[in-house]
Amino acid sequence: MSERKEFNYVNKNEIKVDGSAILKGKPVYTDDFDFPDALHVVLVRSTYPHARIKSLDKQKALKVPGVVEILTYEDVPQKIFTKAGQGFPEPSPYDSFILSRKVRYVGDPVAIVAAETIDAAKIAASKVNVEYEKLEPVLDFKKATMDGAPVIHDEEGTKDIHDPSRNIASHYEMEVGNTDEVMGKCDYVVEKTYHINTQLHAMMEPHVSISYYDTNGRLVVITSTQVPFHVRRILSMIFDIPIRKIRVIKPRIGGGFGGKQAVHVEPYVTAVTLKTGRPARMIFERPEVSMATNIRHEMEFKAAVGASKDGTIKALSLDGLSNTGAYGEHALTVFMVAGSKTLPLYNKVEAVRFRGDVVYTNLPPAGAYRGYGAPQGLFALDCVIDELAQELGVDPLELKRNNSIKEGETSPIFKIMGEGTEGVEQIVRSCKLDECVEKGKKIINWDEKINRKEKPGKKVKGVGCALAMQGSGIAKVDMGAASVKVNEDGSVNLHLGATDLGTGSDTIMAQIVAETLDIPVKKVIVYSSDTDMTPFDVGAYASSTTYVSGNAVKKAAEKLKNRIKEKAAHYLNTDVDNIEVKNQHVLNKENGEKISFSDLFTKLFYTFEQEQLMASASYVGNESPPPYLATFAEVEIDLETGKIDVLKIVSVADCGTPINPIQAKGQLEGATMQGLGWALYEDVKYDGRGRMLTNDFFTYKIPSRMDYVSMECHLVDSYEPSGPFGAKSIAEIGIDTPIPAIANAIYNATGIRLREAPFSSEKLLMEILRKEI
Amino acid sequence: MKIKLTVNKKIHEVQIDPGEMLLDVLRRLGYKSVRRSCDSASCGNCTVLLEGKPILSCITFAASVDNCSIETVEGLSEKEELHPIQEAILEAGGSQCGYCISGLTLTIKSFLAENPDPDDKEIKKALVGNLCRCTGYESQIKAVRLAAEKLRDEKR
Repeated sequence: MSERKEFNYVNKNEIKVDGSAILKGKPVYTDDFDFPDALHVVLVRSTYPHARIKSLDKQKALKVPGVVEILTYEDVPQKIFTKAGQGFPEPSPYDSFILSRKVRYVGDPVAIVAAETIDAAKIAASKVNVEYEKLEPVLDFKKATMDGAPVIHDEEGTKDIHDPSRNIASHYEMEVGNTDEVMGKCDYVVEKTYHINTQLHAMMEPHVSISYYDTNGRLVVITSTQVPFHVRRILSMIFDIPIRKIRVIKPRIGGGFGGKQAVHVEPYVTAVTLKTGRPARMIFERPEVSMATNIRHEMEFKAAVGASKDGTIKALSLDGLSNTGAYGEHALTVFMVAGSKTLPLYNKVEAVRFRGDVVYTNLPPAGAYRGYGAPQGLFALDCVIDELAQELGVDPLELKRNNSIKEGETSPIFKIMGEGTEGVEQIVRSCKLDECVEKGKKIINWDEKINRKEKPGKKVKGVGCALAMQGSGIAKVDMGAASVKVNEDGSVNLHLGATDLGTGSDTIMAQIVAETLDIPVKKVIVYSSDTDMTPFDVGAYASSTTYVSGNAVKKAAEKLKNRIKEKAAHYLNTDVDNIEVKNQHVLNKENGEKISFSDLFTKLFYTFEQEQLMASASYVGNESPPPYLATFAEVEIDLETGKIDVLKIVSVADCGTPINPIQAKGQLEGATMQGLGWALYEDVKYDGRGRMLTNDFFTYKIPSRMDYVSMECHLVDSYEPSGPFGAKSIAEIGIDTPIPAIANAIYNATGIRLREAPFSSEKLLMEILRKEI
Repeated sequence: MKIKLTVNKKIHEVQIDPGEMLLDVLRRLGYKSVRRSCDSASCGNCTVLLEGKPILSCITFAASVDNCSIETVEGLSEKEELHPIQEAILEAGGSQCGYCISGLTLTIKSFLAENPDPDDKEIKKALVGNLCRCTGYESQIKAVRLAAEKLRDEKR
């Protein structure tokens, strides 16, 4: 493998390959595709959190002019499945139906209405008369497993639910060494409980799909998804249609963050097309996006850390409870990641334990969301270590840094915890966490500020830090594939399954091909995420695309390069060892004779050893190299109101070689801002019947431009030997740290330790008042 | 009812429902750059320019802009060329998923016409109504500074 660190097209800020079309406002998103005879689909949704459908009367609704079809659970296949788009067989329980005779949260689909116009569909949906037998709901996840709690999944045929009778979707436990025994011998033990609320993805483009039959009678689904191949597999399974009769196309998509890693829309438009033979389209309204897709898993952890007097962390324990809501999409795996992507960071321990339950409630189903459990786990882990630093009377940054994993080291957890399965053993080959710490520390002026003594006044300032790791794809599970072929003008088509959800993955893949073949990026024509036209890829999740799909692309391009060299050797009448590929030419190093790519490829088409040069490759990671991150926050607290201003947030990451530094930094900046919003005011609230009150942008506040003072994100120099041109992941890690860093900064400023996120000003003010009394 | 709309200097005589929103009418006419996101005047994604000023098309009755002139992103670039604001957004990495970009671009255009040399505070304030969930805003602020520079250079 090449250890080259000087590049022509990689580690360069190439303009996004889809940028021009998007900037010009071209019809590139799913909802922009017009189908003149398409039916508009609207879902009738449950108004109760837990109820059995006694009767469904659609007669009145069918009389609405323009209504074409109304489907209920009696009209669609009753096949149990999981909406989660994951590797097959999925580690999530099979506990969902397209439409069920029992509803389990406010928003659960009850009926599908299709009409000639959107207005007719909406009016008809309001006229479907549903009679419910109300059941007692479970609205507090801490009460889900109590004796006598209502059973949420009592239906026949579920699969892989850990204990349906006690509402436990999944359970996990692991231990290295004897945690209790080691804790018992520690000089210092800190044990605290941390609670972290759910979060909404709030991507700008709502969930949207269109389905139709093509001229050959095959089902085509254009959809805003992160997982086109999983969508195809799931549709095939639930509707009993052969895979060969389905094509799923992902056009440009307007953000996902994990929220489009499940089939929220596709089954419903498909049901209409199958029934009517007509194209069908549905775009969710904003409240549906918020309360009837997936949200983040609310979690609570009892976290314990044990250390010796000298500040060596000897034992760690995370005892958790996770709220998966009405359905168990990603239940087990998100929970495992809360441990597997946090605990290996502190690898010097003698014993470590992670365990807990993931429980059902009658709240919106939780699912994949950027960070995938790691932010929840890290809030508890980082803060409990920060609290230990106070006990020890040492700088929390130094305590964290001294105990963290270093290059060349490993953790037994890598092998024990995968995602739903065992993990893989791995040695950390690249870890520049120290450099991240050094750089961030300087920018925030840590050494001076951490020991700042505040003068009494109305406002106080404080600083906090948090360190994090993530992964790069799921080792030995996630597979990505790519194919490349040449054209007469020296250009190359790249076809790949990987899913660009705005992340810029199409662009960096083009850069990887350009670098390998030494051709300009504009000569790489990327086409991705179409189950008919591109090779398989699991999709965009688990921070996998750059590392897994990127390695597949590099492998395919290298194979193609070898084929080009072979043919050029024949043409230039020399040995292949004498051949060099350079700047769109093939060169005989011995005599300087050369031929351009375009001449060679043209000759190969028409006159010389005629052949279409092409190559394909697949890649599955044998390991999942973690990126690393150090985040620093400085806050100012108004002691009279509790108002929290984040004066500065600094995140410095090691993501290996950034294939496109501006795009990589953009991932870090975006994730940091999402974490900042979650830390301070992105707070989901329900009414007493489990209906989400915060289901639009008025009630659920995502950060605006005015909600932070200053943010700085940086990448340090690093090279991951197993990654494509040294690259690791960057998409998720940035969201892991803002919550603990801000919690720690609030403590530093006020001496108040907030253990329930988000940290609203009201919450802090109550604590300030309590402290004063 | 029938209204007359001038969109990007092109005149449309269009039949509408009295309750129809401008967002729906523009998209129906093929101006797909106008994006639907919150549909309730809280995200800025559907922003278009009405007589040069940004408005939210999702809460503007089409009937209320009869005989008015509307500008969408389709009117910004001629053929292959990008508008300097668009170039700046791409160069600064200000567009990730791009869904908010049409509304943002038009808001920037109107803002820079009034304030050709803004500081960061003014930029943040002027664009506060345009939400973006991808970028964390920093790159978009850089993009506006860069766009302002490009536009000033153009004038020179």
